[in-house]
Amino acid sequence: MSEYVDQIETGESVGLVEKRFFTFGGDEPLELESGRRLGPVTLAYETCGTLNADKTNAILVCHALTGDSHVAGVYSGNDPKPGWWSLMVGPGKPIDTDKYFVICSNVIGGCMGSTGPTSADPATGRPYGASFPVVTIGDMVRAQRRLVDSFGIDTLLAVVGGSVGGMQVLEWSVRYPHRVHAAIPLATTTKHSAQAIAFNEVARQAIMADPKWNRGDYYETGRPEHGLAVARMVGHITYLSDESMRHKFDRRLQDRVELSFDFEADFQVESYLRYQGNKFVDRFDANSFLYLTKAADYFNLENHYGDGSLVAAFSRASCRYLVVSFTSDWLYPTYQSKNMVKAMKKNGLDVSFCEIEAPWGHDAFLLPNKRLSDLLAGFLNKICLHCRIGVHDEI
Amino acid sequence: MRYDLQVIASWIEPGSRVLDLGCRTGSLLAHLADEKAIVGTGIEIDEDAAGRAIAKGLSVIHGDIYEEIEDYPDNAFDYVILSQALMQVLDPETLIREMLRVGRLGIVSFPNFTHYKNRFQMFFTGRAPMSKELPYEWYNTPNIRVIPIIDFRRFCKHLGVPIVKELALSTHHHDEQGKVITFLPNLFATFGVFMLGQAR
Repeated sequence: MSEYVDQIETGESVGLVEKRFFTFGGDEPLELESGRRLGPVTLAYETCGTLNADKTNAILVCHALTGDSHVAGVYSGNDPKPGWWSLMVGPGKPIDTDKYFVICSNVIGGCMGSTGPTSADPATGRPYGASFPVVTIGDMVRAQRRLVDSFGIDTLLAVVGGSVGGMQVLEWSVRYPHRVHAAIPLATTTKHSAQAIAFNEVARQAIMADPKWNRGDYYETGRPEHGLAVARMVGHITYLSDESMRHKFDRRLQDRVELSFDFEADFQVESYLRYQGNKFVDRFDANSFLYLTKAADYFNLENHYGDGSLVAAFSRASCRYLVVSFTSDWLYPTYQSKNMVKAMKKNGLDVSFCEIEAPWGHDAFLLPNKRLSDLLAGFLNKICLHCRIGVHDEI
Repeated sequence: MRYDLQVIASWIEPGSRVLDLGCRTGSLLAHLADEKAIVGTGIEIDEDAAGRAIAKGLSVIHGDIYEEIEDYPDNAFDYVILSQALMQVLDPETLIREMLRVGRLGIVSFPNFTHYKNRFQMFFTGRAPMSKELPYEWYNTPNIRVIPIIDFRRFCKHLGVPIVKELALSTHHHDEQGKVITFLPNLFATFGVFMLGQAR
């Protein structure tokens, strides 16, 4: 979830990329799961690689909670920060842009260019704020489908994503079973545990308790920065693990040799969380955070598609799956991945599963990990062979 | 590929559905996929081995065979293979019944404990036998069972499970070469390979 992890560019970069915008639903608004309608809808998206002549080599990468469309490459020659999954997406990398055409879009409800609470409500001309309709993971995926359609792509070679991006992957595979050859849900779940919802609720309350939140109407009066920073701090704790925090900070003091006996940030971990919170405020919108966490909390694949049965939900699916969890991920622990694997097996689906030993908590899918790279590269290669995609010939 | 795996591979019908329990890095599954166009799945408890098998493009579940086999529907496979893992299985009776629930046929291979060299070692040295097939001391062995070929036959009888095919081999643990033993297999074979059918 913490896409802010500063990626170290390894290997060759996809080079310059450009954020583009796709708008639809001007005449016919998107019907949301809540029953409300949203339109027009804009999706910010980026692509890397080349779509082949048959349009069979497209991979949709879904970002996590507060991520964006900038999956790999840089915006300009002197841009210091490559996209959030540059480790994984690029020429010769596991999601090899010499072979695959990669699409990544910002989800609806987001604030990185796609329609969300910061967008102007066509009815009033002012930002939607809290009048923005509640969106679901299903709604996000339906919007992505419109983007995929706009390329004339019938079937995606793969849909890949971690965390809330993994929820979108699962949703794609069950909602549009005939449009996905392979699905790779990483460090994710088919529904939030009470614990995950609890952390999100604390984060939301932090925002809503900030007087500047003003019931979501703050775009002219000043943003609830403190509430959003606290919300991020809560979230950030859930992305790490006891071990990684002990390793990074232990009880070391920050810029001091003695305790202050006041409420300064004595400990490194306090200082780090404050820094992460403040950094987040610069790039993210508080209302978006409320909507996106709610979408993640509402996600419940078995209720939506299986009347409470995960086995019934996956009976709709037909793609191949690669499910990956990480040993120290306590936000979406391995048992949740095993549950989905179990339901896939009961349906006779072709599934591979690996629990990767990693000490860094939920964030592990964003960090350099040879095992994960090998799994993705090998699995995608097999899908490619199975679909007989001559990616090299046709580009 | 190990000789016992070559024998197992020779028993598999092309195009069938195969589950390999304890598949390690998937060399049998890869061979069967290439040569016999099977649809295969493996289960492997070791992360490194499972990860390497998946990275080869095989379908493999990283997990414990007892837990993982439970999830498959009845008759999901044509063959369920347990090669050189029975010695480490806690409850062979349950596992073999599960194998024959999810699969039409089961294939089991194991080192023959009563090979004459083991018998000589015990007889002349008075110590627990160690061999290339069973290369552990009593205190560090992962093998919790010793399996003579004739006892395995009795075990199948006890389960009511018919032995469809059986071969006794003389080969070393990792050797690609070997030969079939027909004369006094319980004495001269290093490995037994059995194909099991549905219980009567």
